[in-house]
Amino acid sequence: MKGFCRSSASLVLAVVAMSACKGKVAPPPAPVAAPAPATAPPRGPNQDSIARVRAAEAEAIRLAAEAAARARDASMIAEVRRQLTQTIYFDYDKDEIRDDQRTGLDAKVPILNANPNVRIRIAGHTDNRGSDEYNLALGQRRSAAAKRYLVGRGIAEGRIDVVSFGEERPAAAGDSEDAWAKNRRDEFEITAGGDALKVPR
Amino acid sequence: MTRDSRASGGARVQCMLTAAMCAVVVIASGARQLSAQDTTRTQGVRIGLTYTPGTRPGVLIAPVAGPAADSVRELIRRDLDNGDRVNPIAPLGGEAPAGALNYALYAQMGALAVVQATVTAAGSLHIAVHDVGAARVVDVIDIALPQPMLGPEWRMAVHGASDQIERVVTEQRGIAATRVLFERSGRLWVVDADGANAHPISGTEGGMSPAWHPSGRYVAYCLVANDGQHIELKDLVAGTTTRVQGHGASSNTPAWSPDGLTLVFSSGSDGFDLFAATPFSREPAQRLTTGRGSVVNQQPTFSPDGRRIAFLSDRSGRPEVYIMDADGTNVDLLTTMPSSPRSKRTNPDWSPDGKRVAFQWETDSGIQLLAINVRDRSVSGLTSEGRNEDPSWAPDGRHLVFSSSRSGAKLLWILDVDSGRMRQLVRGDRARHGAWSPRLDAVR
Repeated sequence: MKGFCRSSASLVLAVVAMSACKGKVAPPPAPVAAPAPATAPPRGPNQDSIARVRAAEAEAIRLAAEAAARARDASMIAEVRRQLTQTIYFDYDKDEIRDDQRTGLDAKVPILNANPNVRIRIAGHTDNRGSDEYNLALGQRRSAAAKRYLVGRGIAEGRIDVVSFGEERPAAAGDSEDAWAKNRRDEFEITAGGDALKVPR
Repeated sequence: MTRDSRASGGARVQCMLTAAMCAVVVIASGARQLSAQDTTRTQGVRIGLTYTPGTRPGVLIAPVAGPAADSVRELIRRDLDNGDRVNPIAPLGGEAPAGALNYALYAQMGALAVVQATVTAAGSLHIAVHDVGAARVVDVIDIALPQPMLGPEWRMAVHGASDQIERVVTEQRGIAATRVLFERSGRLWVVDADGANAHPISGTEGGMSPAWHPSGRYVAYCLVANDGQHIELKDLVAGTTTRVQGHGASSNTPAWSPDGLTLVFSSGSDGFDLFAATPFSREPAQRLTTGRGSVVNQQPTFSPDGRRIAFLSDRSGRPEVYIMDADGTNVDLLTTMPSSPRSKRTNPDWSPDGKRVAFQWETDSGIQLLAINVRDRSVSGLTSEGRNEDPSWAPDGRHLVFSSSRSGAKLLWILDVDSGRMRQLVRGDRARHGAWSPRLDAVR
């Protein structure tokens, strides 16, 4: 759905995409003006109304183009938001950033650089194996590890808060390898500046 | 008593005692018997009862006279049974005996002692404990029973009477007049040691890891909030809550010193260290450990003399139990036995007699409870099936409350370490982080 919205460059596609993305992209397209009469326009006093119709047509096209641009921006901003808050995952009992999770963290760096007013909070979580209390500490280390990674790439320390919920707030229920893998994670939340996100150039 | 008689007497004992520790137990129990025979009670009657550890002498609970008689008798019977030191005998029915007791009959029934209880019209509990062999009363217990009849405080007073009966017979006070704090559904709960009266404590939403103050009046616990974890202090009498200042983003695992003045807990933003706070005098908290980088030091537990602390640390690369002086010096690895790379030793709890530390050993095949002798490092297995966590000693140093998934959901169970006997403490929704109170009738 999001990918489709992102590729919608033309007016028609944009309108389709807008309806497809209904609920995410805010303003609906302006109502299209009534079609011009089929017969040749009469002269005289009718000239004014013809001009009005044409102006309305032009206005409708302009509004639709603006809406399309807004939709394009909105979908790009939505993508920026998705990347900034994308969860990363950890190995059992580990707080090291996994190689396959680095791209997820690297993608956040230009976004944070383009949005200096944005602050984030990293919440570390664990699976439910072992001591609940030790898991609180392990979750804290996982959030601290992601923070260290971002600070190491130039993000100001003060823009990142860390917290742990240990095994107390699982993303997936149950005692399976699958559930455990989904629960060993860092979640990223935008705590300030999230309402005016800019797309990095 | 020889080592062999000790071993056969404790046939159900799960512990794998080493020869050295066994010798210590024999010497200690011999001394206890001597003192039992020489001690004089306040009533001025010399105790003739001799309790041999590892045995369960029969105690006949005669029918009780007075209001709520059957409830009193059943409470005492169950308390003595839960205490695992005596074998309560309480035949159904019958009338409260008037006049002289038929000691010969009671001896035939296997009773070493007889408990003769009366609830007076004024609402107090009068108990005579008879020595069957000597055919006489050896102790008298009088306890006021708070109203309403059968209410929680009334029950706690009867539990206190049971504990005194156990002391008369075995020289060891029982643990019926105690409660267990635990976590359930994101808040703290409390339950009487016999499983009755389980209820949530208001104003403790988000609480876990409760720790009783030695007075029984306060509870320190870890509050899981949206901005991290904090140590909170709940006054169970006044109902008020105060926050204890931490160091770093989050704090967890509080533990009280035995004198009740110091609260030690773990604090940190990446690694975690132990800090000692004085919540009643509010002096600056003292740092006890200095972890480097991401090292975690947490789950402190005091020795009963208050001079040492056992705690979890992963300074070696994986969690093990360490021991140190209460000021943070002289750190030493306690769990020295061989391990595997993925295993962890966590959740230590120092026994009230000071001799051993219970902890959990997490491996790929499960989580089992063990106890390690502080002096010679000998280890005894306490559980063998399922996942068993959060051990907390009862004041008698013989029973442990812990959470176990042996019946499905994680619930609280009680283990008698000496006999291996187990009972379920709470039913219903998941329960964990059991913390056994001090003797509550003694601290009021």
